[in-house]
Amino acid sequence: MGTIRTSKWLIAGPPLVYLLLLFAIPTLIMLVASFRQPGQFGGLAPLISGPTGAEQVNLTFDNYARFFGSFLYAELFITSLVYALITTVICLIMAYPLALLIARSPKRHRDLLVLLVILPFWSNFLIRVYAWIIILGPQSLLVSGLNLAIGVLGLEPVRILYTPAAVVIGLVYVHLPFMVLPLYANLEKHDPGLLDAAQDLGAGVWQRFWQVTFPLSMPGVYAGAALVFIPAFGIFAVPDLLGGTGSSMIGNVIKQQFLDSRDWPFGSVLSMVLTAVAVTLAGVAAWFARRSRS
Amino acid sequence: MRRSRWLWLGGIVAYAFLYAPLAIVVGYSFNDSTMNAQWVGFTLDWYRKLFRNEDMITAAWNSLVIGLTTSAVSTVLGTMAGYGMYRYRLRLLPILVLAPIAVPEILMGVSLLLFFVMINLTLGMLSITLAHIAFCIGFVAIVVRARLAGLDESLIEAARDLGATPRQAFRLVTLPLIMPGVVAGALMAFTLSIDDFVITFFTSGPDSKTLPLAIYTMVKITVTPEVNAVSTLLLLLTLVLIVVASRLSPTALRGGR
Amino acid sequence: MALLQIRNVTRRFGDFVAVNDVSLSVEAGEFFCLLGPSGCGKTTLLRMIAGFDAPDGGTITLDGLAMVGIPPEARNIHTVFQSYALFPHMSVAENIAFPLRMAKVAPAEVAARVGEALKGVSLAGLGGRYPNELSGGQRQRVAVARALINRPKLLLLDEPLAALDAKLKEHMQLELVTLQKEVGIAFIYVTHDQQEALALAHRMAVMNHGRVEQVDEPSKIYGCPRNRFVADFIGTCNILDAQVLGVEDDCVRLRIAGLGDVRALGTDHVQPGVKGALALRPEQVAIGLQLGPNPNENHFSGQVFDSLYLGDVTVYVVELGNGSRIEAMLPNSAPGRVKVFEAGDAVEIGWRVDAGRFLAD
Repeated sequence: MGTIRTSKWLIAGPPLVYLLLLFAIPTLIMLVASFRQPGQFGGLAPLISGPTGAEQVNLTFDNYARFFGSFLYAELFITSLVYALITTVICLIMAYPLALLIARSPKRHRDLLVLLVILPFWSNFLIRVYAWIIILGPQSLLVSGLNLAIGVLGLEPVRILYTPAAVVIGLVYVHLPFMVLPLYANLEKHDPGLLDAAQDLGAGVWQRFWQVTFPLSMPGVYAGAALVFIPAFGIFAVPDLLGGTGSSMIGNVIKQQFLDSRDWPFGSVLSMVLTAVAVTLAGVAAWFARRSRS
Repeated sequence: MRRSRWLWLGGIVAYAFLYAPLAIVVGYSFNDSTMNAQWVGFTLDWYRKLFRNEDMITAAWNSLVIGLTTSAVSTVLGTMAGYGMYRYRLRLLPILVLAPIAVPEILMGVSLLLFFVMINLTLGMLSITLAHIAFCIGFVAIVVRARLAGLDESLIEAARDLGATPRQAFRLVTLPLIMPGVVAGALMAFTLSIDDFVITFFTSGPDSKTLPLAIYTMVKITVTPEVNAVSTLLLLLTLVLIVVASRLSPTALRGGR
Repeated sequence: MALLQIRNVTRRFGDFVAVNDVSLSVEAGEFFCLLGPSGCGKTTLLRMIAGFDAPDGGTITLDGLAMVGIPPEARNIHTVFQSYALFPHMSVAENIAFPLRMAKVAPAEVAARVGEALKGVSLAGLGGRYPNELSGGQRQRVAVARALINRPKLLLLDEPLAALDAKLKEHMQLELVTLQKEVGIAFIYVTHDQQEALALAHRMAVMNHGRVEQVDEPSKIYGCPRNRFVADFIGTCNILDAQVLGVEDDCVRLRIAGLGDVRALGTDHVQPGVKGALALRPEQVAIGLQLGPNPNENHFSGQVFDSLYLGDVTVYVVELGNGSRIEAMLPNSAPGRVKVFEAGDAVEIGWRVDAGRFLAD
């Protein structure tokens, strides 16, 4: 049985080693960095400094104290949470009819319809965001038309680009396929006989939906919600391009700490908190998924 | 089955929502105007400008090189990981393989930045490639594992029963049957690498611009319809890749259930 | 010496004993059936013979060679799987050629033998097709051809006809029996269908809860079941609780509670006072308004409770004095439904003494 042992490590070994080196260790480094001092010109101060013989290890809780001490950062996390939540809800509302439509279509059409949902997703992420810069910009047909109509009613013209609304639209657009696919995968497996039975017993269209379809689709809803919420929570490119100065999410601030102000330890603190939140959410989602399966 | 008018309406709205923005980008790439507003006239100028844009061409080339390398390495490692997750009960493997996919990208970007600085690796093509491979392994592993899970165990047993050693059984039965999954994983890794923005953003150096990074600069700073042109071309490339992938499906049907 | 010797084989999965101290032998060239209900351990036993599982105790010997530690690919035993397990990415010809390739047979010879094999299972010309293009019956034939092509010493079949419909199943059963006779290779055929086992086997083993209840020729299994389980599992059987009163030269005297005393055949080592059951096949039970007295028969009166028309026979369920019910079978000699007795009719039932067997518990 020695051959099984060796082949196990031969096969699982390389990817394990690679990911230990390029994922686990960097994450650990980031953890340690959150306890270090910022360097004189940005970056990190040396871990061990001082004259030989009297070295000291420069670790501190200051960065965390700064984070927990100010309400500013809690606000930031809550803002990101709210953005992610709104995005998830809107995605759910938009995705559900689509997923239902595909699930109820004849088998030979389904693959094509699913492909049509995935296709935009395969286009470059930035292109998808850029498109909304065009659509929501002040000179676009949509906005100028909207302002024209609003002007008729005697109201002030609105600006959509560089507002939180634009950020939400961008977030929804980018994450919609992630809600459609798990939902569809779940709805496809529903037994049509259940709806027939419900109708036979007197349930109308809405009742059939709320009493039969929706409850049975909960695992798909949870999966889709997790796939939308967690990435949306940590995103930075969408608010960076579509949002104004007032609509920063946690991702923007992390980017700013690392690349602009170059306060790496503090940036690491923010990242660690984000990691903790993301991992907790993923764990909760997995727990829900396991519960619904039983 | 029941597909009421309202369902159709909701579905069509969703599809329109998905495609209209892309249609607009493509449409304006042919618009003879620097502003993405009024339609002035048809032109291919922006495409011409694009092909003369050295930065863009370099960026495209960089993306291609990184994409191919990432795809090759992560497909091999990802297939091994997928097989390992399917066959062996190692706790650590799924965690390490799937975590990069579960956490927000920015965390990987930032931690890899710290890592590369710490080991004194100059940020450039190599650092980007290493980073891309790290998050692509997971995707390939998932696809391969799913394919393995759908495999009929009795086929492997039948091969052993009829005289094949475990290695022969893997080579002659398992591998051909998971090949569509492996290829799909390779294509996926390639597309993810070409498309990646966040991780590349943090792990790239001044000389290693990739296409998404170039687009980012254009979108934030320059904003000419050249961006529309490059976007349209990228869309075309994606379309071609997907068609190629779906051509592989007939063989997948033969090799699978 | 028997071809396959299974001695005291046990297999446990945690607390569950799947195979419990089983000993069997299979002779070269015979069609041997392993019969039992789901979960009786027959498939586990088969997998141990094939080499996919190892016994926790006991030995398995093929032609005198112990099989322990020998991997499946090295045993000269092949299996026809329940799902056929045809390689979907290989053509029919490639599937059948697989064992020959593994045995490193020269390509020219491979092609010739595959052609012969295809002819042997009436699939000549279909070598280029792929498994998903074949019908269930055709796939089954390819699976059998593939497993036989390099002449293993033993062929294992795991409920190979379970997925086929009744008519096709009958046809394939005949084909398998003919094939087995032609190739002369020992078959071990696992099934839960007792009719199938009775029809196909030279010898069969009835298994229950990991144990072998009886190993014998089909006619003996049917006619001389060793215990309640075998009597009940094989065909239909009337089983009445009984206690031995006394032993006479050629039969035993039994008391059936609430009914009376009967005489029946007994097995060896039967003592007075032993509790057990009287086993009686319905086709041995005569039914009539009045049966004449007969010293070689047991007679009782009762009332017809129900009847079941089965086309060739009608089964009457008769309720006796003590509340127990006996099934009696009458052939329908005249075409069309001929109802001889109605529910509620008072009738007499009887059977020959030597038609009833006493089975000790």
